[in-house]
Amino acid sequence: MKILVTVKEVATVEDEFEIEGTAIADQYLGADLNEWDDYAIEEAVQLQEAGVADEVVTVTIGPEECEQTIRQALAKGADRAVRVWDDSLEGVDLLDVGAKTELLSAVIEEEDPDLVLTGVQAGDDSFGATGVSVAENLGYQWGAVVNHLEHGFDDDAASVRRELEGGVEELTEIELPAVLTIQTGINEPRYASLRGIRQAQRKELDVKALADIGVDESAIDADLELTDMYEPESESDVTTWEGSAEETAGELAELLRDKGVAQ
Amino acid sequence: MTDILAVTDHRRGELRDVSYEIITAGRQLANETGGDLHLAVISGTVDEFAEKLNREGVDAIHTVDYGEEFNHDVYTQAITQLYDELAPQYVLAPNSVNGLDYAPAVATRLDLPIVTDTIDLATDGETLIATREMYGGKVETTTELEGSAVATIRSAEWPQTEGTGDAAIEAFDAAIDEDAIGSTVNGFEEVGGGDVDISEADVLVSVGRGIEEEDNLPLIEELADALGATLSSSRPIVDNGWLPKNRQVGQSGKVVTPDVYIAIGISGAVQHVAGMKGSDTIVAINTDPNAPIMDIADYAIVDDLFDIVPALTEEFQ
Ligand SMILES: Cc1cc2nc3c(=O)[nH]c(=O)nc-3n(C[C@H](O)[C@H](O)[C@H](O)COP(=O)(O)OP(=O)(O)OC[C@H]3O[C@@H](n4cnc5c(N)ncnc54)[C@H](O)[C@@H]3O)c2cc1C
Repeated sequence: MKILVTVKEVATVEDEFEIEGTAIADQYLGADLNEWDDYAIEEAVQLQEAGVADEVVTVTIGPEECEQTIRQALAKGADRAVRVWDDSLEGVDLLDVGAKTELLSAVIEEEDPDLVLTGVQAGDDSFGATGVSVAENLGYQWGAVVNHLEHGFDDDAASVRRELEGGVEELTEIELPAVLTIQTGINEPRYASLRGIRQAQRKELDVKALADIGVDESAIDADLELTDMYEPESESDVTTWEGSAEETAGELAELLRDKGVAQ
Repeated sequence: MTDILAVTDHRRGELRDVSYEIITAGRQLANETGGDLHLAVISGTVDEFAEKLNREGVDAIHTVDYGEEFNHDVYTQAITQLYDELAPQYVLAPNSVNGLDYAPAVATRLDLPIVTDTIDLATDGETLIATREMYGGKVETTTELEGSAVATIRSAEWPQTEGTGDAAIEAFDAAIDEDAIGSTVNGFEEVGGGDVDISEADVLVSVGRGIEEEDNLPLIEELADALGATLSSSRPIVDNGWLPKNRQVGQSGKVVTPDVYIAIGISGAVQHVAGMKGSDTIVAINTDPNAPIMDIADYAIVDDLFDIVPALTEEFQ
């Protein structure tokens, strides 16, 4: 079985930051492997270690700088990586679900995997929709918010649990090929070993432009336009205590005693 | 005229609250241009559901009597057929786990853009302006799109519509292609039972990823002990296996309503807040003055938990 994992480098924001127009100013941004994708990579690598998967390929939409993050996935055990980028993507503010679907679908079609694992959502734009959209676009089956996957794959089907709200899980059988969006907690993502990191440097990382995957530039014209960004208004009037740890802890202790806690 | 098709949510025989919230969101959008609000209720005891959903401002309710429980293939087929029949401007769906299992497929099949997890929506009939969060709630954004679209709404952002309505309730004869159903739901299981019921606690000391390592947990346990409080947590603590699932507060964990909720090293992501915003008094201990938890906290200490927690524990020993 061949597994493809979508891997995204997400932008992280420092505690204090400034907004410039419709973006957070560059100097307050960091980059990290999307938390949910980390679990998706781990699940794929475990399937490979269990002898279920023959190959694990990652696909990323992103500029050269995100190769650091892709190497992390390779260091954890993915076999090779595909990165899609193009000058035409350079100036895009917000790559929407439709555009991501076009790009990822083109790569997936070429790779023809049996199983695609994506994160439930990306920690930065948090659309939470790309995996299911890709599945529909390709005519694959799918399951969203999967927090358990049986490794048996009897009758060419994935036996999964979908994590619903309020501590309820749904037990579902999904025919292959399928896209599963992976929820945190499904496994324990490993840290890349030193050996893994060394090996990752030698693994294949293919860079593809839009033309290479047969996608027309018009396909990435986003339907959604980001028009404003601001800090949310606070709903409560929070009382913030100031001072040394002893002082603020003392204030809180007083409040708690007032509320009858620990008495 | 902006007609709206809003899809309702139910599970194991019960309509979920978001079904009444989506009526409010849909009515509001339809009102902006004088359009109609259509509801779709798919699978389960649809007639019974339709009676309950017949609230103020609903123009029509379309029931699709097929199967008992949610199946995304059935939903996708039924909604796309309803769309073809009714030609609404916008399709609204809940941003629930099930909504996220069909709404993107509906959008893709209909070749429409999708905007998810919206917290506000407005339209002039041509442009949809959607408000949503990015970066885990650190910023809010508005996004605009032209023409028809699918939008999912965050739960508890719109009030529930009350009052009885006089909607036309119509059975919609969706042609469900069974060969195109690629997944089967075989059942449900409740998880996270066990020794402690955090939803019963009066005082919760709740710990998040700010604690960094499992070895640091005793620091929080000592505080909980000193306060006679119950220990709960955000999701990453449970994902890491440091605490059992029955301690998780949030959308996929437990809803809690204690007198006092002390959030220590918890950012206050929407899925966490969904589980604890009903607490009487919320106290946040966090190094980040802009963490979303500050928006709902009553009291806050912006400082390192490794300094504050021991000092607080000492106060009670
Ligand atoms: C479908 C779905 C369902 C989910 N269900 C749930 C759910 O039920 N419950 C839940 O909690 N989450 C849930 N999540 C996850 C949620 O989105 C967040 O990822 C999670 O709540 C973050 O947990 P956290 O606040 O502990 O961690 P983080 O977001 O990483 O926040 C850690 C906080 O600690 C602070 N901090 C760091 N160091 C210190 C220090 N030394 N002193 C003081 N403060 C410090 C930081 O400033 C930060 O604010 C769900 C997500 C999805 C997609």
